[in-house]
Amino acid sequence: MISLSEFLIFGGLLFSISVAGIFLNRKNVLVLLMAIELMLLAVNVNFVAFSHFSGDIDGQAFVFFVLTVAAAEAAIGLAILVTLFRNRRTINVEDLTEMKG
Amino acid sequence: MTLASLNLQPVLPEIVLAAMACLILLVDPFLPKRGPTVSFVLSILTLIALFVITLVQMDDSVRMSFGDMVVNDPMADLMKLVVYVLVAAVFVISRTYLRQRGIDKGEYYMLGLFGVLGMMITISSNHLLLLYLGLELMSLALYAMTAFKRDDGRASEAAMKYFVLGALASGILLYGMSLLYGVTGNLMLTAIAETVAAGEDSMALKAAVVLIVVGAVFKMGIAPFHMWLPDVYEGAPTAVTLYLAAAPKVAALALVMRLLVDGMGPLFYDWQPMLIVVAMLSMAIGNVVAIAQTSFKRMLTYSTIGHVGFILLGVLAGTNEGYAAALFYTIAYAVMTIGGFGIILLLARQGFEAESMDDLKGLNDRSPVMAFVFLLLMFSMAGIPFTFGFWAKLAVLQSIVGVGLWWLATFAVVTAVIGAFYYLRAVKMVYFDKPEDTSPIQADVNVRGVLILSGASMLIFGLYPTGLTALTAGAFGL
Repeated sequence: MISLSEFLIFGGLLFSISVAGIFLNRKNVLVLLMAIELMLLAVNVNFVAFSHFSGDIDGQAFVFFVLTVAAAEAAIGLAILVTLFRNRRTINVEDLTEMKG
Repeated sequence: MTLASLNLQPVLPEIVLAAMACLILLVDPFLPKRGPTVSFVLSILTLIALFVITLVQMDDSVRMSFGDMVVNDPMADLMKLVVYVLVAAVFVISRTYLRQRGIDKGEYYMLGLFGVLGMMITISSNHLLLLYLGLELMSLALYAMTAFKRDDGRASEAAMKYFVLGALASGILLYGMSLLYGVTGNLMLTAIAETVAAGEDSMALKAAVVLIVVGAVFKMGIAPFHMWLPDVYEGAPTAVTLYLAAAPKVAALALVMRLLVDGMGPLFYDWQPMLIVVAMLSMAIGNVVAIAQTSFKRMLTYSTIGHVGFILLGVLAGTNEGYAAALFYTIAYAVMTIGGFGIILLLARQGFEAESMDDLKGLNDRSPVMAFVFLLLMFSMAGIPFTFGFWAKLAVLQSIVGVGLWWLATFAVVTAVIGAFYYLRAVKMVYFDKPEDTSPIQADVNVRGVLILSGASMLIFGLYPTGLTALTAGAFGL
């Protein structure tokens, strides 16, 4: 039987990987979008684990909404990525520096 | 659960807005030529209708619906009324700017209305899920609006930065919410407050508080989590910047109030020190970095960061007087911001963006009335006595002095004095420098009207602040 703390460590690890992915990644904007998705999944692991171990169904209902929002977010993110690529011909993170200050 | 037990009457404004936004979405594509005008008129009518509905429903009682998930208290009603007015003003002032740049499309108004729906849900939520959904509905509309000018590389870059950092903030906030749910076993904010007050105390709860504060502060654009704000405000078309800078700050205040005060009020001594640190950083960075800016748009953005720090002061006082002062400050800030960014719309014309400080020079020679409006706005932002902004600063400072934070009030006043320098420098440019560009101002009656209203309200609320003070105090039962 897997205990609650193991689920939480797993969720925490996923979350840390995704945050590291956003801050350390200097190459490709697509990787940022993947990191954002991973972050939401880490949260889902937490919700499902808490919900299962406390016997309260609300947490699992929450996960469905988070998944839906994640899909909407991916759609908007990719749409912005497409306009960015059309205007700049690059999706390299280091090239996104026209505005600085 | 039957339909009657949902008690739909308190959420009537949200239902009307959702229906109208969908209607505009449907009507717009079928009217290729007249679409934007129809969408604009329908949007303004919708906002007027919402204003009337909310005003009629408004009273001192707390109205719950959807099994207590939605709460309509006096604070929510007042905030919603303010949001309607701000968004309507932004729509009116933006019209010409959008048309001249070929982006006057129905989507602007439709996304704007969905953003309002998100703000209303955030403002009225009493449940973590609803709070998250409202926040995301608002944020997704804002990301799309930022990228709205599709052939502009700067706008796309700004939208990408906004999207990535906004999603990061949502993720952090959501992780905090999941921990809060795990510790308290509940998603309802009032129930969470009860569990926490009963003496629940653990490391996980502390972690939840930290993550939620970081997430909320990120969304508000407070230093040290403000890096995205200047780029987004500068890169977005000015009409969108106006929308981003005004109404969403009201929703951000509601987010902080619902999560920290309603949900985690008993943990006040855990989150107050964090808010003190970020508010101090925000006031210092906002006001000092603004001095170095050569772009007027960027200067206003840093001034926003400074103002939001002031708003937080009211929240961290932890008293009803403080919350009322924070709401008063937010309203004053939003009206000033519409005026401030509105000046950029005033000076802009076909194929020309007036974003530099130099474009302000000699405005008095070109239009004395608008120069005076500008003077009132800048005086109000600086907090010079007998303007709207002065009373806002005074109320916030009074509330933190009231809880004994003298040193923090002193610090806030020092940053406000530093801030006065660049506001007054802008006024000096308008009145005493020779214009580099002597062509007459082409702005139409919409832009002028909203600007004059905004400037006049600085004076009116500066001389008679008692009405609005009473309203904001009433929102918190004072």
